[in-house]
Amino acid sequence: MMTDSRFFRRENGTYDTVCLQIDGVQTHARATDTVAAALLAFGPAPTRTTGISQSPRTPFCMMGACFDCLVTIDGRPNQQACMITVQDGMCITHQAGFRPLEEPHDG
Amino acid sequence: MAKPDLIIIGAGPAGMAAAATAANGGLKVHLLDDQPAAGGQVYRNITRNQDRLTHLGPEYTKGIPLADALDHPNITHVAGAAVWRIDDTPTVWYSLHGKSHAIHADHVLIATGAQERPVPFAGWTLPGVMPAGAAQILMKSSDLLPKDAVLAGSGPLLYLIAVQMIEAGQPPVAMVETQTPQMMMRAVRHLPRALLDRQQIFKGLAMLRKIRAARIPRYTAAHSFKAQIQDDLLDFEFTSKGETHHLKCALVLSHQGIIPATHLTRSAGIPHKWHKAQQCWHPDHDTEGRTARPGLWVAGDSAGILGADAARAQGVITANAIICAVRGLRPSIASHVNAHAINHRNRAQAIRAFLDAAYAVPPEINTPPDDTILCRCEEITAGTIRQAIHDGATELRHLKTATRIGMGPCQGRQCDLSLTHMLAAQTQRPIATVGMPRARSPVRPVSLGEIAALEQTD
Repeated sequence: MMTDSRFFRRENGTYDTVCLQIDGVQTHARATDTVAAALLAFGPAPTRTTGISQSPRTPFCMMGACFDCLVTIDGRPNQQACMITVQDGMCITHQAGFRPLEEPHDG
Repeated sequence: MAKPDLIIIGAGPAGMAAAATAANGGLKVHLLDDQPAAGGQVYRNITRNQDRLTHLGPEYTKGIPLADALDHPNITHVAGAAVWRIDDTPTVWYSLHGKSHAIHADHVLIATGAQERPVPFAGWTLPGVMPAGAAQILMKSSDLLPKDAVLAGSGPLLYLIAVQMIEAGQPPVAMVETQTPQMMMRAVRHLPRALLDRQQIFKGLAMLRKIRAARIPRYTAAHSFKAQIQDDLLDFEFTSKGETHHLKCALVLSHQGIIPATHLTRSAGIPHKWHKAQQCWHPDHDTEGRTARPGLWVAGDSAGILGADAARAQGVITANAIICAVRGLRPSIASHVNAHAINHRNRAQAIRAFLDAAYAVPPEINTPPDDTILCRCEEITAGTIRQAIHDGATELRHLKTATRIGMGPCQGRQCDLSLTHMLAAQTQRPIATVGMPRARSPVRPVSLGEIAALEQTD
């Protein structure tokens, strides 16, 4: 199985980093990364499956125009990963299909 | 919050130039932008990168003075604000950190820029297939370079990204170009005008030289793209000059130019026009950016694709026209003040007609084969749309009702254009008479709780 990210991080000076949990795995990202960038840097695995055919997707347009990067962040589903900056302690999980309607949701 | 004279939506080249011009002219400006820092996509993350990422080239650093100029007492820059509605009066509604606000000004300038043209082909939804511009955003915003990537498609941005990857030491494994010799022949008649700005031609030729010097394998007149997963990698299939090729790669980065982001302008009721050469819709406007809706103005690529330099000039032109409107000055004064910016814009856009013809959209992108997904959200294929048209659908809204195309979270941003092309082709109508799908607010996702808790600010 492909385990390496499809992207290579250029090391160029020092950067502030934050700690994250991605699908239960502790990792870190640059403090200025979007969640989508952090996910792509972390690995090649699908970050969601679609609601219609359960097909795998990863972040696509990186500018808020496609919604393929929807993930669950700190328990809140349907978060647009490419429009949200990472924060220390953030817990990001793969989103399987549509957000369940019965899910308690405070937004 | 005091009522601003002008609300600008989008802090790209047009929005930033307009904000600085209006602020220097004494207007109180509210600049709303959905990114954490100013720059738009072309100068994305410029305030943090400054001139450190030399592989991005000198054009990128043109964003530095534009972003610096936003540090002005008359400018309130609201970063991370997602505008989801504009209505009459005009009032702008936006979401910021989970809370929505409404703000009113007599003038609103929409400078929301462009998005990449969706490029549907079999397998374009697979992990590892991305728009090339998305990979460039990752280079700018996170210092992430694509590994083992094939660049596929057409357009000046594709070459720029190839050069940036070469300069960064991670060259693309191949370039698969849809450009045909016929396209270049059709472009030749636009060359005399393009020569008005020789610098741009030289820059283009220099890019091609670098790609050649790096010995990147290039396939031209390519078509019939297909991506599949094979042994965890992508198998990218295409035909070039009568021969079918397969490339194994981690990433396929596709690109067919950019199109105006029109959800906001459409939902605000601004009439739009079809641009035949650029194969896209854009809001109708006069040379200063006025639209048919009182108080609503457009500038930059969201008004029609002209590129970053022209967008910056147009931002200045429109801001000066707005200053005249606010101060009750005759519009002719704006055209005098704008003489320099108009020159600059005209020079910057001199090459556009040449580029539009030379890197024309291949027809198969507009009307892809039956098994290709058009609507990524609802997973509707081209075949399903053809069947629905065959069954009697004659308008875009019929197709939406019959198939749910365009009704997912992206609100049609990835399928509107293909859908319009397919309906026009199959019903043998010009695309301008097919029209474009309605865009309705909220044009960005916003929770009901957020709308319910809304506080109006005047």
